Amino acid sequence: MKQIYAKILKNENLGNGFRRIGIAAPYLAKNAKPGQFVELRCSGETDPLLRRPFGVHRVTKGGIELLYEIVGRGTEIIARKKPGEILDLIGPLGTGFVLPSGKPTAILVAGGNGVAPILFLSEVLAKKKVKQHVLIGGRSKSHILCEKDFKRCGARVSVTTEDGSKGHKGLVTHILKELLADNGPKPAAIYACGPTGMLKAVANIARTHRVSCQVSLEEKMACGVGVCLGCPVKVKRGHGLCGTGYEYKMVCKDGPVFDSEEIYWE
Amino acid sequence: MKTDMTVKIGTLKLKNPVMVASGTFGAEYRKLIDVGSLGAIVTKTITLKGRAGNPPPRVAETSSGMLNSIGLENRGLDDFIRNKLPLFPSGKTALIVSIAGDKETEFIQMAEELNKIKKVAAIEINLSCPNVKHGAREGLVAQDEEASYNIVRAVRASTKLPLVAKLTPNVTDIARVAVAVEKAGADAVLAVNTFAAMAVDIDTKKPKLGNVTGGLSGPAIKPIALKMVWDIYNKVDIPVIGAGGIMNYCDAAEFMLCGASAIQVGTATFVNPNTACEIAAGIGKYCAENGVKKVSELVGNINIGAL
Ligand SMILES: Cc1cc2nc3c(=O)[nH]c(=O)nc-3n(C[C@H](O)[C@H](O)[C@H](O)COP(=O)(O)OP(=O)(O)OC[C@H]3O[C@@H](n4cnc5c(N)ncnc54)[C@H](O)[C@@H]3O)c2cc1C
Ligand SMILES: Cc1cc2nc3c(=O)[nH]c(=O)nc-3n(C[C@H](O)[C@H](O)[C@H](O)COP(=O)(O)O)c2cc1C
Ligand code: FES
Repeated sequence: MKQIYAKILKNENLGNGFRRIGIAAPYLAKNAKPGQFVELRCSGETDPLLRRPFGVHRVTKGGIELLYEIVGRGTEIIARKKPGEILDLIGPLGTGFVLPSGKPTAILVAGGNGVAPILFLSEVLAKKKVKQHVLIGGRSKSHILCEKDFKRCGARVSVTTEDGSKGHKGLVTHILKELLADNGPKPAAIYACGPTGMLKAVANIARTHRVSCQVSLEEKMACGVGVCLGCPVKVKRGHGLCGTGYEYKMVCKDGPVFDSEEIYWE
Repeated sequence: MKTDMTVKIGTLKLKNPVMVASGTFGAEYRKLIDVGSLGAIVTKTITLKGRAGNPPPRVAETSSGMLNSIGLENRGLDDFIRNKLPLFPSGKTALIVSIAGDKETEFIQMAEELNKIKKVAAIEINLSCPNVKHGAREGLVAQDEEASYNIVRAVRASTKLPLVAKLTPNVTDIARVAVAVEKAGADAVLAVNTFAAMAVDIDTKKPKLGNVTGGLSGPAIKPIALKMVWDIYNKVDIPVIGAGGIMNYCDAAEFMLCGASAIQVGTATFVNPNTACEIAAGIGKYCAENGVKKVSELVGNINIGAL
């Protein structure tokens, strides 16, 4: 973990409020693992005050890329930044995905901007020659991102949209269910990132089919490094202070990737 | 000429007046900053027995500030001594341990235990955490002069360590509480903790904190905190420590001119982990440029002019 002042190499528009920013940061390129994130300072002003977390989307030669969706003031400010400007960021933060051993099939599930860290994972799995099936879900055609990038990683890609404007109509979890119901060889692992509702559904399906599953969670953050105790998630095991069957872990430090069986889903 | 940056808080001597505030600093930051350049580190408030803390969301951003309702999550005194304390460096940076409790006896037991540990330079008594209900009683210890007096008095009797009493700003007249803790034997008074506050998401109509309400910190509170430090400075003889929205050395100097002998940096560390170190260097430079030989000359040196 380091604080880095990195030069912006590009900040491209992917359409529909999605953008990809590339920065020169050899330290991050060398040390970031799939599933880890960075905390980015939007501006030198006091408003917006706090850093914003973004998953590492891709490692390039001597740098990293982030994929982000404009949802508020912070991301609006980041969207206006130009190549050559300097970004203040801290990373890599958190734990990453645990990669499968050997070369079994992995299923990667991405909802909306959840493709961001999933692409980095896919690129690393491709290097390890792991067979992958990527399921991308979104509201409509314009919310389906990175399909070509995943194909370039040699992954089989299935797309679902809620309005049917691209791929299968429905939810990404429908495809996941069908896939696992098939009598073929069981995948070794499921990796998922997206809205909490989707992650919960994925976790349920994984449990039914006894496939190990890792989910990347989001929570509001202040410090991003495990100091403020501001980003709790309910888990089943741990230090046991609640006496209620759950306790808290910090998404920024203990996560953002968790084994789906560890989470106390509500 | 180099300025003498040392300050004294009771018997506690600090290498410089810059501390990092309770709940906003942890050993994790050792990877990002030179912890040894700080005057003191105040650890996250601990209680005798562990506490689970509040449900999420626990933080929310507001205009130039943030809300938190952590709810004093911690694993208790024993775990702190065994697992947390060793992670902090022992050296010229003083380690101050923040404690809170529901009963006087809990404060006493914690103070007695901490008294035995060489690494602990002082105790900060958190009289003002707005997030935990004190049993059946409503409000906070620090909103009640008598209760504040009693707690500080009890801790005073059970340890030789320098004592810092931390106050809540959620009172009508903070100077009166400061006078009470001074009488009870506190070596210094610290103002302020967070301001009781809330925020609502108008789309979901839900409060932005799981606990509904929480405490406001950050630059938004600075001018109010500054005035409280000034009020206290005019009423007590013990050193005042200032906190609330300090983002840079200019803010820190403002607090010192209004009577703070030392200052604490909280929320700003989240924004830029190096803030406190930069402030320590910045005050040094400010003193050098203004011909200040001892940093303590700044304390209360506000120029009000002829009134
Ligand atoms: C570990 C982690 C990794 C993330 N990775 C990515 C990523 O790769 N790409 C991406 O586009 N987004 C990612 N996010 C979400 C991203 O951090 C938020 O969208 C961003 O902080 C919003 O900032 P803003 O100022 O634009 O919006 P704000 O004005 O702060 O808020 C606008 C809206 O965004 C929501 N929001 C704000 N902060 C968060 C948050 N931390 N998590 C979820 N929703 C939030 C708010 O509830 C609100 O509805 C990640 C979040 C976490 C915790
Ligand atoms: C996330 C967070 C956690 C905090 N936890 C504590 C705590 O455990 N004990 C305490 O005395 N103060 C706590 N505080 C208050 C700070 O120490 C400080 O008094 C306050 O935030 C004002 O300073 P600032 O504006 O520089 O942050 C906390 C503040 C924040 C933002
Ligand atoms: S954001 Fe501070 S502990 Fe996670």
